Amino acid sequence: MIEFRGIRLQLGRFALGELSFTVPGGAYGVLMGTSGSGKTTLLEILCGLRRPDSGRVLLMGEDRTDAPPSQRRIGYVPQDGALFTHFDVFGNLGFALRVRGARKTEIRDRVDEMAESLGVGHLLGRRVNFLSGGEKQRVALGRALLADPDILCLDEPLAALDETTHGRMVDLLRRVHRDTGKTFLHVTHRLAEAKALGDCIVRLQGGRLADEGER
Amino acid sequence: MFGHVQSHATIPLHRRDVFFVAALAAMGGSYLVLIVAMIAAQLGYTDYPLLLEILGDERLVYAIQLSLVSCSVSTILSVLVAVPLAYLLCRVRFPGKGFVNAVLDIPIILPPLVIGLALLMLFQTPAGRFVQQYVSVTYAIPGLVLAQFTVACAFSVRTMMTAFSEIDVRREQVALTLGCSRSEAFSWVVLPEARRGMVAAATIAWARAMGEFGPVLVFAGTTRMKTEVLPTAVFLELNVGNLRTATALSLYMIVFSVLVLLLMRLALRKSRSHD
Repeated sequence: MIEFRGIRLQLGRFALGELSFTVPGGAYGVLMGTSGSGKTTLLEILCGLRRPDSGRVLLMGEDRTDAPPSQRRIGYVPQDGALFTHFDVFGNLGFALRVRGARKTEIRDRVDEMAESLGVGHLLGRRVNFLSGGEKQRVALGRALLADPDILCLDEPLAALDETTHGRMVDLLRRVHRDTGKTFLHVTHRLAEAKALGDCIVRLQGGRLADEGER
Repeated sequence: MFGHVQSHATIPLHRRDVFFVAALAAMGGSYLVLIVAMIAAQLGYTDYPLLLEILGDERLVYAIQLSLVSCSVSTILSVLVAVPLAYLLCRVRFPGKGFVNAVLDIPIILPPLVIGLALLMLFQTPAGRFVQQYVSVTYAIPGLVLAQFTVACAFSVRTMMTAFSEIDVRREQVALTLGCSRSEAFSWVVLPEARRGMVAAATIAWARAMGEFGPVLVFAGTTRMKTEVLPTAVFLELNVGNLRTATALSLYMIVFSVLVLLLMRLALRKSRSHD
């Protein structure tokens, strides 16, 4: 479960107003809004990459406002994937396992399994600069999932994809959400995407909550 | 300096643009001609048998060796200082950042002689004298390295700042969410991604250190078989009217600089082939 309680942040002329809303545990939450409405900023606050001026962030019922990103158990998939260019696909997928000191055989097995389930098993040895937009997103998704997070944050993950790839990724995200049962928070500016994926949709406008609702 | 190794987007040339491009080429090309002409003149004037004779002169061989060793030490020190400093300036918010940035420009904008003089004054202060009780710095090899480092490091910091600012901060943020501490994200993600910048910073530091003359002359002196390096050796030869030896020594400096540049470009190409 994700719970924002009275989040406020002033960034120059832009301000996030007093934001309070909840994404229930295991739900697919969608955060909607136009460019500059504060979606990404709020996601950064959730991930611990930005500190709010006031307000609390509760994750799975616990106050994690001051916890560092590494201790929030949140998987983060930015818009372009932000893959590590000095690693190949295997290195990217297995990154979180290496950080935790997992053994090589465990890393190999879990990366293979994840890569196959996301349809990138044939790309494991490829440098990430040679991947298409859809492949990058799949790798970024797999990399975040292999950290075994409670919550997955996706920042406009489908924004740069062509129509066909977009449709496939929507299906993939639905399947991953159903299979893992994790709480998702997906940022988008497209209503169709929000309706296709979201169990609950929150709309931001100018840093304030425009509306909130369940499908 | 390393702009040439990056691919730039180009626009197809149309006939009506020919005069515009020709004008740009004429203006820019004049500089290219100047560089080539300078090197050609130097090569034309060089007494080639003298290049070998120099290698039999103990004093000049010492100057060459000291140049190579001191430049390498200054380069290592410059990169060691530039990497953390540039990272702090690029990724950490702290009070007085603007002031720190301005201070780092001082070695770049100050006349070289003034830097040498300032270093000399620094080691006349009580703190400087205290250090000198244990390590002889002024007019000694540590002073030579310090003089080279002072200037070279400022250029390395600027190069590393460019390198760090070109790395998408999102990658580092993702590393943090994947379980890395800040230092782990730095060593596992930022440093490997900044390797090209580090090579560029090392090249610039080496080139600056090799060419450093003013601060070296004032702060380390040019004592034969002690603190004499290639630039000061050229100066001494010119002072006694020995233009042939000065030119031959200059050619060695050109060769070493070109070799380092080639090595660094090779390292860059190798690192790019992994991307």
